[in-house]
Amino acid sequence: MKRASRLLPLLLAGCSGWQSALDPRGPSAQDLHGLFWLFTITCTVIWLAVMLVLLAALLRRPPATKGAAEAAGRRSARVVGGAVAATVLVVAGLTFASYLATRAISSDQPEALVIRLRGYQWWWEVTYPHEQPDQTLLTANEIHIPTGRPVRIELAAADVIHSFWVPNLTGKQDMIPGRSNSLVFTAEKPGTYRAQCAEFCGLQHAHMALHVVAEPPEAFERWRTAQLAEAPAPEDAEEEEGRRVLESKACAACHTVRGTEAAGNLGPDLTHVASRRFIAAGMLPTTRGSLAAWVADPQSIKPGNNMPMVSLTADELQAVSAYLTRLR
Amino acid sequence: MSEALEQRDLRDTALDEVLLESRLARTWHTPPGWVGFFTTVDHKRIAVRYIVTAFAFLLLGGVLALLMRLQLSRPEAGLIGPDLYNQIFTVHGSTMMFLFAVPVMEAVGVLLVPLMLGTRNIAFPRLNAFSYWIYLAGGLVLWVAFVLDVGPDVGWFAYVPLSGPQYSAGKRADIWAQMITFTEIAALAIAVEIVVTVLKQRAPGMSLDRIPLFVWAMFVTSFVVILAMPAVVVASTALILDRLVGTHFFNPAEGGDALLWQHLFWFFGHPEVYIIFLPAVGMISSILPTFVRRPIFGYLPLVLALIGTGILAFGLWVHHMFTTGLPRVGESFFTASSMAIAVPSGVQIFCWLATIWLGRPVWRVPFLYILAFFFTFVLGGLTGVMVASVPLDTQVHDTYFVVAHFHYVLVGGAVFPLLAAVTYWFSKMTGRMMSERLGRWSVALLFIGFNFTFFPMHILGLQGMPRRIYTYQADLPWGGMNLFVSLCSLALAAGFLLFVWNALRSARAGEAAGDNPWGAATLEWATSSPPPPYNFTRIPVVRSANPLWDDGGALPVASGLSVNRRELLITTTAEARPEARETSPRDSAWPFWAAIATTIMLVCSIFTPWAVVWGSIPVAVTLVGWFWPRGTPEDDS
Repeated sequence: MKRASRLLPLLLAGCSGWQSALDPRGPSAQDLHGLFWLFTITCTVIWLAVMLVLLAALLRRPPATKGAAEAAGRRSARVVGGAVAATVLVVAGLTFASYLATRAISSDQPEALVIRLRGYQWWWEVTYPHEQPDQTLLTANEIHIPTGRPVRIELAAADVIHSFWVPNLTGKQDMIPGRSNSLVFTAEKPGTYRAQCAEFCGLQHAHMALHVVAEPPEAFERWRTAQLAEAPAPEDAEEEEGRRVLESKACAACHTVRGTEAAGNLGPDLTHVASRRFIAAGMLPTTRGSLAAWVADPQSIKPGNNMPMVSLTADELQAVSAYLTRLR
Repeated sequence: MSEALEQRDLRDTALDEVLLESRLARTWHTPPGWVGFFTTVDHKRIAVRYIVTAFAFLLLGGVLALLMRLQLSRPEAGLIGPDLYNQIFTVHGSTMMFLFAVPVMEAVGVLLVPLMLGTRNIAFPRLNAFSYWIYLAGGLVLWVAFVLDVGPDVGWFAYVPLSGPQYSAGKRADIWAQMITFTEIAALAIAVEIVVTVLKQRAPGMSLDRIPLFVWAMFVTSFVVILAMPAVVVASTALILDRLVGTHFFNPAEGGDALLWQHLFWFFGHPEVYIIFLPAVGMISSILPTFVRRPIFGYLPLVLALIGTGILAFGLWVHHMFTTGLPRVGESFFTASSMAIAVPSGVQIFCWLATIWLGRPVWRVPFLYILAFFFTFVLGGLTGVMVASVPLDTQVHDTYFVVAHFHYVLVGGAVFPLLAAVTYWFSKMTGRMMSERLGRWSVALLFIGFNFTFFPMHILGLQGMPRRIYTYQADLPWGGMNLFVSLCSLALAAGFLLFVWNALRSARAGEAAGDNPWGAATLEWATSSPPPPYNFTRIPVVRSANPLWDDGGALPVASGLSVNRRELLITTTAEARPEARETSPRDSAWPFWAAIATTIMLVCSIFTPWAVVWGSIPVAVTLVGWFWPRGTPEDDS
C-alpha cells in the first residue's frame, strides 16, 4: 500500500515533500507550477493526438483505386500543412506564456531582504549583510526568512560551480566562481523547505543540502537577534573542557565560534551550530550523538569532505560534543 | 586473350558479366587473414567493424547504467562509493555519446552511403580506415583508464572549474579531454568523406531530388559535424592547456571565465544531439516506405526539415545554460529558437504519419521499432518543449526530469531507429535475416523496459531529485520509485541482450536473405547480399527516387570504367551527370600505423606538452608512407 502511494505521486502532488516542484509554497513556485501544468496539458493533448492519428493510420484500409489514392494524397498534404501551421502557433503561444512567467518571476523587488549565499565544496556559507558590520550575521547551511517579504539571495561560489535550488519556493540559479547571480522569491507560509545543490560539484554533491526556514517576521527578528549574539558560555565543567579542546585542537583552525579563540574561516561558522536543524549540510539531524559521530569520523559519514579526522580521546570527544550541543 | 586482360586501361565494356565479376573481384579484393584485417579500405568492412565496436561500447555503457541503478535502488546504499560512482556516470555518458551514439550513426553512414549512391567505395577510403583505428584507440584509452581506477569523474560535459587543475588533481580530466580529441578526429574524417562522396560519387541520374533520405540526413549531419566539432576542439585544447601548461582560460581569478567553457562545449554539445538524431530520422525515412509499400510522403519538406534542423541546431546551445544567470533578452531568444526546432521535427512526424496513412503497413520487426520510436520520441520531443522554456527549466534543469527527457530523445529518437536499421540492413550485410521471433521479443522488452524505466524519472525530477547524486537520504520520498526504476531497467537490459544474441545467432544460422528480401526501392538492394568488394558489377543509372520500384527488375547501367585498377565514376554535383573517372586507393597498412603514431602522441600529451612536438615526427613519417607512390595502376593514372 505504501509502495502504491509512492508510485502515484502525481495524484498526491500535495504531499510530495519538502523538496518538490509539485508542492509550491510561494508566488514564484506557484507561477512555475501553473506554467508546468499549462505545458504538461498542452503536450499531453498533442501527444495523444499524434498517437490517435498513428493508430488510425495503422488500422485504416488504404484507398483501393489510383484516383482515390491521389485524392487521399492531396487531402494529406492539406492536413500536414495545417498541422505544421498549428505547431507554429502552439510553439509561439508557449514561448509567449513562458516569457510572461519569466517577467513575473524576475520583477525587481527593491524592499527585499538581502541574503548572501556562497557555495563551498560541500556546504553553504550564509551572510545577512547590514550597514553596521557588527550587525552583519554570518552562519551556514540554514537560511531563515520572514514570511510575506521578498528575499533576494545573492549567489556566489568559492571553488567550483554549485546551484541553489529550493523547488517549493522557486526555480534554481547557479553559483559560479567569478560571477554574481541573484534570485528573488517570497515564502507565503511558515515552513521548512529543503534546498539541494543542483550542479554536479564533486565527490559529495549528493550531500550538499540547505534548509530554508520561513517564519513570521517577529520570529525571524528574534532568530536574527539570537544569532547575532556571541556563543553561549559553557554551563558546566564538561562543556568548559569542550571549549578548551575546541580552541586548542585543529578545530579552531577552520571554524569560528564567536566569543572564543576559535576564529578559522575555512569551515562553517559554529557559533550557534546547535540551533540549526541539521549538521554537515543537511546530512544529520542535530543531536549530541550526531555531533559526536561527526567529529569522531567525518570521513566515513561524508567521504571526501574537507574536514579531517582530528584525533581526540574519548573524554575530549565527550566534552566537545557537550559544548557543541550548548551552542544554541 | 589473357594479354588483353592485363592491359592497364581495360574497360568493363570489353567483358561479359562473369569475366567482369572475376576481374573486378581481383582488383578490389582484400587479402584474407590478418594482413587484410589491418590493410583493408573497403567501406563495408570498416563500417561493420565500426558498428560492432560501437555496440560493444553500448553494452559496456549499459553495464555501467545497471551499476548506477543498483546503487540508487534504495536510499543510502553503500554498494558504490562517491568516487567510483562519479567515474561510472562520467564514463557512462562519455561512452554513450562519444563512443556509441555518434560513431555508430557515422558508421551506418559509411556502410550505406556508397551503396545507396551506387558507387564502389567511399571517398578517401584510407582516411576511413584511419578513422576507425583512431576511434578504437580513443575508446580503449577511456576504458583502460576506467578499469585502472583513473577514469574521468567530472561528468560528460566536464564543467570547469571542477575539471580544472585546482579541483581535479591527477590525470582523470586529461584522459577525458584526450578521448574527446580522438573521437573528434574520427568523426571529422568520416564527415569529410561523406560530404565528398555525396557531392561527387552519386550514380548517374541521381540528381539532388533523387538522393535517398538517409543519404540526405548523413550529408546534413556531416556538415553539422564539420561546423560543431571545432568548438569542442578549442574547448578541450584550452582545458588541457590550463591543466598541463598553466594557462588560465577558465580561471576567473586570473581573468579567465568559467562560463566560456559552457558556451564552447554546448556550441558543440547541442548540435551533437542532432549529429545523433538526424541520421536516425534518415533511417526512418528510408525504412518506412518499404514497410508501408509506398514512396515517402513529402520528400521535399523532409529534406528541408533536415536542413532546417541542421541550421537551427546551432542556435540552441544556451538552453543548456538557462540557470547560469545570462541576460533575460538572450534567454528569451534561445527559448524561442529551442521551441522553433519543434517545427521541423513536427514536419517530419507529420510526413511519416501521412506516409503510414496512405500506405499498407507490413508488421515486420523494423516497422515495430519505428512504432516504438513514434511513441517514445514524440513524448521526448514534447518534454523538450518543456525544458526549452526558461522558467520551467529552472525547476527541472539538472534533475531526473532532464535525465528522463534526454533518454527519451536519444533512446527513443535514435536507438530505436538504429535497431530498426540494424535489423533491416543486417540482411544486406550478412546475407542472412535476423530472427523475426526473437526480434519481436526484443522490441517488446525494449519498449516496455524503456518506458517503465525512464517515465518515472520525470516525476522523480519534479519531486526534487537532482541528477548525478550517488545516494539520497531515506527521508526524501524517492525510494519507492527508484526501486521500481531499477527493477524495470533489468527488462530494458534483457531487451538489448536479446537483440545482440539474435544478431550473433542470425549471422551464422539465419535464413538466407537474397538480394532484396524486404522488397525495398533503393540502390543498396540492387546488388547481392552481402555485396561484393566492388559493390556493383556495373554502375546503375537512376531515373527516379525509388529506382527499384519504378524501373522494375533491371536497372540501366553505365559502363566504361576501368577494370584493372580501382576506379570510380565521378558525377556532377546537382544533376549527377557523368563527369570523370577517378581512381580509388588500394589497401594499405599505413592508416593503421598513422593511427598508432597519433595515439602515442595524444596519450603522451596527457603527461607532457612536448609530446606534441616529438610525437608529430612519427606521425609525419607514417603520413609520408601513406602517400608514397608505389607504382600501382592507381598511382599511374
